[in-house]
Order: sequence, then C-alpha cells, then structure tokens
Amino acid sequence: MAIEQDEIDKIAKLARIRIDRQQIGEVTQRITEILGMVDQLQAIDTTNVEPMANPLDATARLRTDAVTEVDQRAVFQAIAPAVENNLYLVPKVID
Amino acid sequence: MHTKTVAQLAVGLQQKDFSSVELTQCLIDRIASLDSVYNAFITLDEQAALAAAAAADIQLANGGSNPLLGIPIAHKDIFCTAGIRTSCGSRMLDNFVPPYDATVIARFKAAGAVMLGKTNMDEFAMGSSNENSYYGPVKNPWDTTLVPGGSSGGSAAAVAALLTPAATGTDTGGSIRQPAAFCSITGLKPTYGRVSRLGMVAFASSLDQAGPLARTAEDCAIILNTMAGHDPLDSTSAEAPAQDYTADLDNSLSGLRIGLPAEFFGDGLDNATAKVVEASLQEFEKLGATLVDVSLPHSKLTIPTYYIVASAEASTNLARYDGVRYGHRCADPKDLDDLYTRTREEGFGDEVKRRILVGTYALSAGYYDAYYKKAQQVRRLIQQDYLDCFEQVDMIAGPTTPGPAFPLGAKKDDPLAMYMEDVYTLAVNLAGLPGISVPAGFVAGKPVGLQLIGQHFGEARLLNAAHRFQQATDWHLQHPAMPEGR
Repeated sequence: MAIEQDEIDKIAKLARIRIDRQQIGEVTQRITEILGMVDQLQAIDTTNVEPMANPLDATARLRTDAVTEVDQRAVFQAIAPAVENNLYLVPKVID
Repeated sequence: MHTKTVAQLAVGLQQKDFSSVELTQCLIDRIASLDSVYNAFITLDEQAALAAAAAADIQLANGGSNPLLGIPIAHKDIFCTAGIRTSCGSRMLDNFVPPYDATVIARFKAAGAVMLGKTNMDEFAMGSSNENSYYGPVKNPWDTTLVPGGSSGGSAAAVAALLTPAATGTDTGGSIRQPAAFCSITGLKPTYGRVSRLGMVAFASSLDQAGPLARTAEDCAIILNTMAGHDPLDSTSAEAPAQDYTADLDNSLSGLRIGLPAEFFGDGLDNATAKVVEASLQEFEKLGATLVDVSLPHSKLTIPTYYIVASAEASTNLARYDGVRYGHRCADPKDLDDLYTRTREEGFGDEVKRRILVGTYALSAGYYDAYYKKAQQVRRLIQQDYLDCFEQVDMIAGPTTPGPAFPLGAKKDDPLAMYMEDVYTLAVNLAGLPGISVPAGFVAGKPVGLQLIGQHFGEARLLNAAHRFQQATDWHLQHPAMPEGR
C-alpha cells in the first residue's frame, strides 16, 4: 500500500520530527516498504482474539496514597538546557 | 586474569591471588590498548572504577563474600548511572548525565561490583548490528570486518575481546542473544518482568528486558542473581520472587524434552549454520535429553507483529525527547514547534526516526485498529503457539540467527534485510519468555549460537541446560586472536 508523501508529512508533524525536503522522498519510500511488510497481518483471522498489551497480562499495581518522594528539583534541573526561577524555558508560546 | 570467568575471579579475589584494584587496572590497561580496534566502549571513568575496586578490596579483607564483590562489569549505555554520562548510543543524550542510578546499577553497586565503563550500542536499542550508534560502529573481535550484532554490540564485543569478564545488555527483539551468538559468548534474556526496568532507557515497554552477557552460563546465573528481583518502582516488575539461579546448574538433563520447531529449521536458515546447530543438539541427546518435533504455526507473522508493536511503543517512549528538560536542544529555536521538530531531527538517527514514524502511523486515528490492535491480537496467537508447545516439551531450541555475523555495511541500507536477522529471537520477546544463546560452533571461522527458549520464569532450567552443554563442549572456551598479536 503506497504511502503518499503528504501522508508522511502529516505523520512527521504528529511525531514532531522535521524531515528535510531533500530526504522526504527516500523517507517516504522506506516507510512504504516497512508498512508493506507489516500489511501481511491483514490476512490473519483474529476474530475474538483478545489484544495483548503485556506478555504476562499484568495490570497496574496499586499502593497507598501517601507521599514517599522528596523534592529533588534542583538536582533534576541542573542538567536542563535552560531554566530560570525553577521553570524550564522554551521559546515564547503565547503572544 | 583477563581470561578468567566471573566465577574464577571470585575465587581468586577470595583467596587473595590478586586484588580488585589489580584486576581492574589490568582491564583498564587492556581497554586503553585494544578498544580503539573494537570501539566497544563509549564512556570510561577510570578513577571511579579504581575507587570502587579499592572499596571492594577493603570489604574483601573484612570477609565480604558476595559473588560479585570486586568483580569488574561493563554496562550497556542504556542504564542510567548517576553522575556518569548515559548516551543510549544517541546524539539526543550525548550530554545527558543522569541524576540517579537504574535499579539494576544500584543492585550491582550494593553487591560490590566495579563498574568498568558504559558500552556502545545501537541508538535507543534499535538495531541488529551496532552500526546505528552516534559513536561509530563496533567491530566483531573474531573478524573486525564483521558486525558484532546489536543492539548490545559493545557489551558482546567487550566480553568476547576479554576487555571485561561480563557485561549487562538489554533485549527487546534479540539484542542480547543475537550479539552473543555473533561474538561466541553466552547471553540471557530473562522472562519479561524478571529484572527491573527502572532507569533503563525505554524503547518498547512491553518487550524490553535487561540481562547478562558473559563467557559461561554459570557466570550468567551468578549475575542474574544480582539483577533479578521485584522492584516496587517498576510497575511491570514481576511479583514472583527471584530464585538462586546457580542452585540447579549441575542438575542432570535426563528426561528433559527439547522441542525443535520446523519453522526454525526451514527456509532462510543457512545450511552450514543448520549443521552446526544440529550437531550441538546431539550433545543434548547424549546428556539425556529427548528431542521432539514441534511447530510454531504463526512464526511467519513474527516480524510484522514485532515491527508494529515495537515501533508503536517506541514512538510513545521517545516522545519525551523534546529539548526542554535534558538532552540535545537545537540552536536558536524560533518557536516551540521549531524547538521540538529540529531537536528531534538533529538528535535522532535515521533508523530511530523511521521507527518513530512507522509507530506513529500505526497508532494514528483511522489506522490504530488495522495496525496496532491487530498486531496485539496476533501477538497473543504467537504466545499461544509457545504455550501449546510447552504442553509437550520443557524448552524449545534452534539457531539464534539465520547465519553468522555479516560484514559491516552489508545490510545497513536495507532495513527489511536487517530485520530478518532477528527472525528466531523476536517471538521470545513478544511472548515474554526467557531465552539464552550459547556458543555452538563456527562456520568458516565465524561463531554460531544455539538458542534455548524456556517457559515463563524458567531461567534456572535454561541455565542448567546451557551449563551442562558447556561442561560437555568447549566452544565457549575459545577466544578470538588479539589484534596485531597482542
């Protein structure tokens, strides 16, 4: 099933990855090949088969709603690219 | 000293034949002298290693007896190590110094092991050749024109080249077992949930599992004892308590039923490799095991199922790399979107980007049912094939890979051909089962691995079978020639 280049652009936007215009053709071709390979699954009858999210069908464990962590913000922010007043800095979002 | 196994080194340290500092210095010197050939290591911290060795020597003098006390171990650069760069083989984390230790790392420290360094790997654990690393490819110590396998290629090469007695790796689709096979060492992927994933950079959360690479099954058992166990900080960590994986190593294999799936010995398997594997299976018969023909009918669906599930989970797990809190950030972002899209364009290599895009597609509106949900359903069918086999046999055997190590560059531009390398290993992760690869012989000088696949939480029996095989054979005792006769 051939994927159109603009479909790849849409996916790249969802994935927040910039694809250079020089490479978009090759990327489209590669993704098309991979999706072509995985299309084999369409032929399999999976009626009434429960999807498997976890190989042991484990579910989330619960614990008591009590505070157990300590504030380590300074340690965590020490490796941040840009911080100020305990906030992470990014380019202006709102005008 | 550098040819001794972990078990032998522990005895040597206890008997004061040598100290941990001497042993660690010996390996540091070997790495300095040889690793430019293999490129197995990304980060070394010699001061920290020698300090840990000195601390271990004090504990040894005071009667400390933990089997890993004073033993040097190399760690795949996917495990967060507090204060020591953890790159995951990627430009995205080239400047990332974690503020905490992975649970696995903390367990090794508590045992008194010495961290030798962080090993090279395919970026974000995506690859089967260690050619996808930001830090350059790793070379196979048996023939440096060949790949060592991946993604734990650095760990496998370091063990094979006698730069470390053992190393940690991770396995999502074969990334411990396949490089172990290509480098003629022993590598174990435990049952999903057996080893904590806290602090282990996530690729595919329902498939990833950490495990040991070493020169013997006995060493893997010793190391698994330190790695395994419930971790309340990992919500997927198995509650079932860990065992002593060394206790049953010498058990007899009499009565062991080993299944040989027709699908593992058919099309796609190199003839010479098949012969080596068949000869090694005869050793198991001599040890008292029975070989039984079985079938895994959904085998052909393994590759497409894996590539949807793993890519989808990767697209979610790698969404966190956005240049805001840590890691790579593009220069002079114009706006938030530019920050994200250019950081991720620059930080990730081609294979990682491909898989994120495939995964995003498989999860997107309109395609989720046809791709991701479908793959999850087929995953259950694949697991059921194994569970059905385990009604008749105790473990399943076959070649670890369809052929021996291939030349550097041979498959780098052909993702689909690269994916075929994992045809015998992928289903083990999909089903959450434990699997081990042991050296089984050579094809034209290139190592061949035999894979044994066990039932859930059946690591002890797998290690037992592998250990008895290694007592009867000597493939695992052979070492590659050192470069330039060193």
